[in-house]
Amino acid sequence: MTQALPHGVEYIRILPEIVLSVFGMVIMLLDPLVDERSSQKLLGIIALAGSVAAIVATLYQSQFPGLGFWGMVKIDGFSTFFHVLVTAIAAVVILSSYEYMQVQQIRAGEYYGLILFGTVGMCLMSSAVELVLIFIALEISSISTYVLAGFRRRAAISSEASLKYFLLGSFATAFFLYGVALMFGATGSTSISVIAEALRSRPIPVLAYAGIALMFVGLGFKVAAAPFHVWTPDVYEGAPAPVVGFMSTAPKAAAFAVLLRVMFEVNAPGRLGLIWVAAALSMTLGNVGALVQQNVKRLLAYSSIAHAGYLLVAFAALPDNGIPAAMFYTASYAAMNVGAFAVVSHLAGAGERFVTLDDYAGLGRRSPLLAATLTIFLLSLIGIPMTGGFFAKFYVFSAALQANLVGLTIIGVLNSAVGAYYYLRIIVVMYMREAREELPAVPVSAALGTALAISTAATLYLGLLPGRVLEYASRSAAELLR
Amino acid sequence: MNLHAMELDKWSPIILTLVTFIPLAGALLLLLLPRRDRDIRVFSLVVSLFTFVLSLHLPVHFHRAQSGFQYELNRAWIPTPNIHYHMGVDGISMWLVVLTTFLTPLCVLISWKSIHERVKEFFIILLVMETALIGVFVALDLFLFYFFWEATLIPMALLIGMYGHGRKVYAAIKFFMYTMIASVFMLAAILWLYAKVGTFDFVTIQNAIRGGQVAGFTSAAQWLFLGFFIAFAVKVPLFPFHTWLPDAHVEAPTAGSVLLAGVLLKMGTYGMLRFNLGLFPDQARANAWWVVILALIGIVYGALVALVQPNMKKLIAYSSISHLGFVVLGIFSFTQAGLDGATFVMLAHGVSTGALFMLAGALYERRHTYEISEFGGLASSMPVYASFFLFIVLASVGLPLLNGFVGEFLVLSGAFQARAVYGILGATGVIWSAGYLLWMYQRVFYGKITHRVNETLPDLDLRERIALLPAAAAALVMGVAPLFWLNSIDPAVQTALAPFAQLVGKVVGQ
Repeated sequence: MTQALPHGVEYIRILPEIVLSVFGMVIMLLDPLVDERSSQKLLGIIALAGSVAAIVATLYQSQFPGLGFWGMVKIDGFSTFFHVLVTAIAAVVILSSYEYMQVQQIRAGEYYGLILFGTVGMCLMSSAVELVLIFIALEISSISTYVLAGFRRRAAISSEASLKYFLLGSFATAFFLYGVALMFGATGSTSISVIAEALRSRPIPVLAYAGIALMFVGLGFKVAAAPFHVWTPDVYEGAPAPVVGFMSTAPKAAAFAVLLRVMFEVNAPGRLGLIWVAAALSMTLGNVGALVQQNVKRLLAYSSIAHAGYLLVAFAALPDNGIPAAMFYTASYAAMNVGAFAVVSHLAGAGERFVTLDDYAGLGRRSPLLAATLTIFLLSLIGIPMTGGFFAKFYVFSAALQANLVGLTIIGVLNSAVGAYYYLRIIVVMYMREAREELPAVPVSAALGTALAISTAATLYLGLLPGRVLEYASRSAAELLR
Repeated sequence: MNLHAMELDKWSPIILTLVTFIPLAGALLLLLLPRRDRDIRVFSLVVSLFTFVLSLHLPVHFHRAQSGFQYELNRAWIPTPNIHYHMGVDGISMWLVVLTTFLTPLCVLISWKSIHERVKEFFIILLVMETALIGVFVALDLFLFYFFWEATLIPMALLIGMYGHGRKVYAAIKFFMYTMIASVFMLAAILWLYAKVGTFDFVTIQNAIRGGQVAGFTSAAQWLFLGFFIAFAVKVPLFPFHTWLPDAHVEAPTAGSVLLAGVLLKMGTYGMLRFNLGLFPDQARANAWWVVILALIGIVYGALVALVQPNMKKLIAYSSISHLGFVVLGIFSFTQAGLDGATFVMLAHGVSTGALFMLAGALYERRHTYEISEFGGLASSMPVYASFFLFIVLASVGLPLLNGFVGEFLVLSGAFQARAVYGILGATGVIWSAGYLLWMYQRVFYGKITHRVNETLPDLDLRERIALLPAAAAALVMGVAPLFWLNSIDPAVQTALAPFAQLVGKVVGQ
C-alpha cells in the first residue's frame, strides 16, 4: 500500500515543533558568530521569541484538530493543553536562566538551543499517538536534558549529575522500548488506537501486561516516581538550578501526557495495581526523604518525587475525572515548581554556593519580596487553599475517592500533612532565623522578575479561579476518551 | 425614611465583604508605602479604625427579632468543585466580627513602640490576620470557611516566629503543626459532605442532613462529628489538646497574644456552636458527656496550673484554657442559658483577656520580663496602671456589673439545668479564677518594692491609656447592659437549639 505524502494541513499539525526547531537552529548558527559577551542577551531573546512563537503556533494549530503523518500525530484539546504548558515552561525557564548564566559565567549559546530542542521532543510526546514516534520524541527530550544537566562544566557535581542521569535514563528508555516491542507482539500494532481496539477483545494476552509494565517502568523513571526515583536527588543537586526547574516540570508533564494516553486511552490492563504501588511509594519515600534534607535543591528533589506520587493517584482513578485532575495537577505543579527554582537559582550565587537551608536564613529581612514570592510557591506546594497546589490535590483526591480508592487517599492526605513540615521549615528559616553572616542582597533582574511574576500569577490564578482550566481539561479528556 | 431604607438595602449585601477585605486592601497598600515607620503605624491605625467603624453597621442595622442569617451575599464562585462566595452573620457571629474589629486597632496602638524592627511587615501581617479572622466568622460556605480557617494560621505563626521572644520558632512551629494537622480531619469531613451533597453551602447541607437526604449519613455521622470536633478542640484549646497554647502565648508579641486569646481561640468554640451543633445535633448530644468532662477538667486544670505559674503571661494563658472551658461547657449543656452565656463569655473573655495581655505587654516593655517575682509594690510607682489592672482583673474574675459575671452566671445556670453536678464543678472554676488572678495582683502591686528598678517605672503614657480605655469601657458596658448583646444573640441561639428536643425556657430577655 502506497501512502500519499502529507499535505498542507498536516504540517500545521506539527507547526509548534517546526517553529521551535527553526529557532533552535538559528541559535546554533548564530552562536559562533556573535561575540561571547553580547551572545547572552541576543540568543536569550531569540529563544524567548521562539517559545512565544511556539505558543502562538499551538493556538493556531488548535483550530485544525485531527490526525497527521499517517496517523502518527493527533492534534486535540489534550495535545494543545500540554503544548502550551511545556512551551510556557520553556519560556519562563529561559527568562529565569538569563541572570543565572551571567552569574555562573556559562556561555549561553547551545544552552538556549537545547532548551528549545528539548521542548520539541516534549511537544511531540503530547501529540504523538504512535509508540515508536513517542519513543523518538522521548529521546529528543531526554538527550537535551542529559546535556543540560551537565552544563556547569566546571563543577564536578554537575558532570556527575549528567552522567548519572544519562546512564540511568538510557537504561529506562530501553525498558520503554522493550515494552513497545512486547506490545507490538501482543497486538500487532504500535498505534495507540489500534492497540486500544485490540485490547478490548478478551482474553488479553499476557504479553500486553508485560508491555504495559515495562513502558510504565520507562515513564516512571522520567516522572521520578518511586521505585525508579533514586537518580532524582543527585541529579537535581548537581544540575544547574534553572535546568532543574525545567526538567522537574516540562519533561515530567510530557511523560505524564504519554502515560495518560497509554494508561487511559489504551485502557491499560493491570493499570490499577502498578499505579497504586508506585503512587503510595512515591508519596511516602519522597516526603520522608525530604524531611532530613539540608540542601534546598535536594529537598525540592524529594518533594518532586512526592508530587509525582500525588499525581499518580489520579491515574488510579476513573478516566473521566482522573485525566482532568492529572492535567490540572501538572499545570499547577509546573507553575509553583518553576517559580521555586527560579528563586533558588537567583539565590544560588556564583558556583551555586548558597543552596543550603542555612543560606536562606534571614532572607525575609534581606529581600522581603523574594522571600514572599518563595513563600507563595511553598504554600502552594503544601497545598494551602487559594493556591494552585490546593486545587491540584483536591481534584486528585476527590477523583480517587470517587473511584473508591479510600486507602490511597488516606495515604495521600497523611503524606501532605508530613509534607507541610519540610516546606514550612524553609519558610521558618527565611523569616525566623537570623543570617549567620551578612550576605549581600542581589537585586533581581527584570527577566527573572518577569519569570517570577508569571509563575506567581499562574499559581494564584489556578488557586482562585481554577474553573476555566479544569473545564478545558475535562472537555479534552472527554474528547480523548471518545 | 423610605429612601434611607433603600440606601441600607443597597449596602447590606456588600457590607460583610467590605468589612472582611478592607484590612487586606490596607495591607496591600502598605506594601507600596515607603518604609517610614511612623506613617506605616498611622496608616494601619486608620485602616483598622475605619474597619471598626464600618463593622458597627452590622449591629446598628441588625434585625434583632429575626432569626437566621442577615447581610447575606451568595454568588457562584468556582464551578468545580461547586464553591460559592456565601457570607452572612447571625447574632452570634456578628458580635465576634465586631470583637475582632474592636481589638485590632487596640493591637495597633499597643504595638506602636514595642515593634521597632520590620515594622512594615508586622502591620501587613496584622491586617491580613484581621481579614482572615473576620472571614472565619462570616463564611457560610464550608470551603470558604476552611480557607479562612487555614489562612489565620500563617500570619499568626509569622507573628509569633518573627516578633516573639525566647523560643519563638519552636512555639510558632508547634502552633502551626498542631492546628494544621487537626484541621486536616475537618477537611476530610467537609469533603465527605461535599461528595454526598454536591455543595459546600452550609445552609443547603444543613437542610439536606435534617431532611435525611444524605446517603450513608447515619453511619458516617459520628466520624464527621469527630472530624470537625478535633479541629475545633485543638483551637479552643480543650484539655488535653492545649499544650501549644502556653508556648504560643508566652513567646508571642503582645498584639499576637491579644488576637490569639481574644479572637483566635473563639474560632474553635464558634465552630463547635455553628458546625458541631448545627450539622450534627444527634451526635453532639450523644458525645456531650465526654466533651463536658473534658471541659470541666479544662476549667479546673487550667485554673490550678494558672495558680502556680511564676510567669504572668503564662498565668493569663492558662486562665484562658479555664475560661474557654466555660464556653464549651455552656455550648454542650444544650440550654438557652448555657448557649447565651457561652457566646457572652466568648465576647467578654475577648475583651478582658485581650486587655490583660495588653497590660502584661506594657509591663514587659518596661522591664523585659513577665516573672511575677520581679515585681511587687507597683501600685505606688504606677498608680494608673495599677487601677486599670485591678479593673480588668475584677472583670475577669466575674465581679457583678462587669462583663465576666454575666456570661459565667448564664453558663453555670445552663449547666445546672443540664445536670447539677456540671454546675457545681464548673462553679469551682469561678472560685479558682478569683484566687489566681487576685493573688497575682497582690504579688505584683502590693507590698514593698523589692527591686529598685521598679521604683522609677514610668506610668502608662497617653497612647497606652487610649488603647486600654476602650477595653475597660467595654468591660463595664457589657456588664451593665448585657441585654444589648443578649437580645441579638438570643434568636440565633434559639435557632441553634431548635433541633434539640428538650428546650429549657429562657432565663434572660423577655
